[in-house]
Amino acid sequence: MNAAIAQIGLGPYLTVSAALLVLGVFGIFLNRKNIIIIMMSMELILLSANLNLVAFSAALGDLSGQVLTLFVLTIAAAEAAIGLAILTVYFRNRGSIQVEDVATMKG
Amino acid sequence: MLQLIFYVFATILVASGAMVISARNPVHSVLFLILAFFNAAGLFLLAGAEFLAMILVIVYVGAVAVLFLFVVMMLDIDFTKMREGLQKYAPFGAAVGCILFAELVMAGLHWMFSPVMPLPITGGLGQMGGPVTNTGALGTLIYTHYLLLFQLCGLVLLVAMIGAITLTLRDRPTGRRQIISLQHERKRADTLEMMDLPLGQGTDANGGFLRPHDSYYVTAVPGSYGVPEAVEEEHEELVVREGEER
Repeated sequence: MNAAIAQIGLGPYLTVSAALLVLGVFGIFLNRKNIIIIMMSMELILLSANLNLVAFSAALGDLSGQVLTLFVLTIAAAEAAIGLAILTVYFRNRGSIQVEDVATMKG
Repeated sequence: MLQLIFYVFATILVASGAMVISARNPVHSVLFLILAFFNAAGLFLLAGAEFLAMILVIVYVGAVAVLFLFVVMMLDIDFTKMREGLQKYAPFGAAVGCILFAELVMAGLHWMFSPVMPLPITGGLGQMGGPVTNTGALGTLIYTHYLLLFQLCGLVLLVAMIGAITLTLRDRPTGRRQIISLQHERKRADTLEMMDLPLGQGTDANGGFLRPHDSYYVTAVPGSYGVPEAVEEEHEELVVREGEER
């Protein structure tokens, strides 16, 4: 076990991670109309997952958690890039990014 | 001391996370997101994940958060209109958040490591100053045990890059574009002419230095800005538009 995490303990890390997760979920509900803030909330949620993985990796002395964190970071970066590209194209075509407007495909 | 550092980072992390979702100006939201990433990197460092901390700062702050900032500033959006439903959704969101947090606390209070937990794949974490650094240990693991997943991650990034470019690229009729094959086919003799000029005479009388045999526009893409007709049409449009404005 890592010396630092032995001193701090796994609990505080998990608590911070849980708080961040709840903030992210709350942010999605709070900013229902602003899709940019929704995407930032998703980044917060992924960050909390990363924090969890790193904390457990340090507590167990197993590097697999950190490898997984690396993969999560990759996917999150790709998701942000694609999401923002779609957002830009949508704004170019419609002139707004209102989430409610994105129902034109609904019959 | 270590606890103090941890709690400083954790407090700023949670506070800036709260500011991300509650700031009025989305630009402030992005800046608080950057602060949150920095503090998460600090927590990663405390946990011994040095490489990931640096990756978080470089990739997330340097690329993803700046991308968010770029989009927020580029799009001309009325953000006040977007905060209309805030009071309507806040109680529902708070209820969901409270339930989620309560469940997490309940799960957190009653868990333990399984006594039959499998042994870790690696001997241990690399430590700064130790015989194997964290980065070295991570690299050894990535390039052996997780090679396929690592390569697939690269593929995901490639697909994301192609997708983002394909989505946002648009063909603008303006801009000078060439048909590349035609341009490559041109010989020097097609475009340039060697002349013997009498001593002491200017080239103006003979048509100047540059005298292409065929037009510059031979290789231009039809409809692109470089074609003279298109230029004239563009010009006429401009004149008409200016007249309307007046």
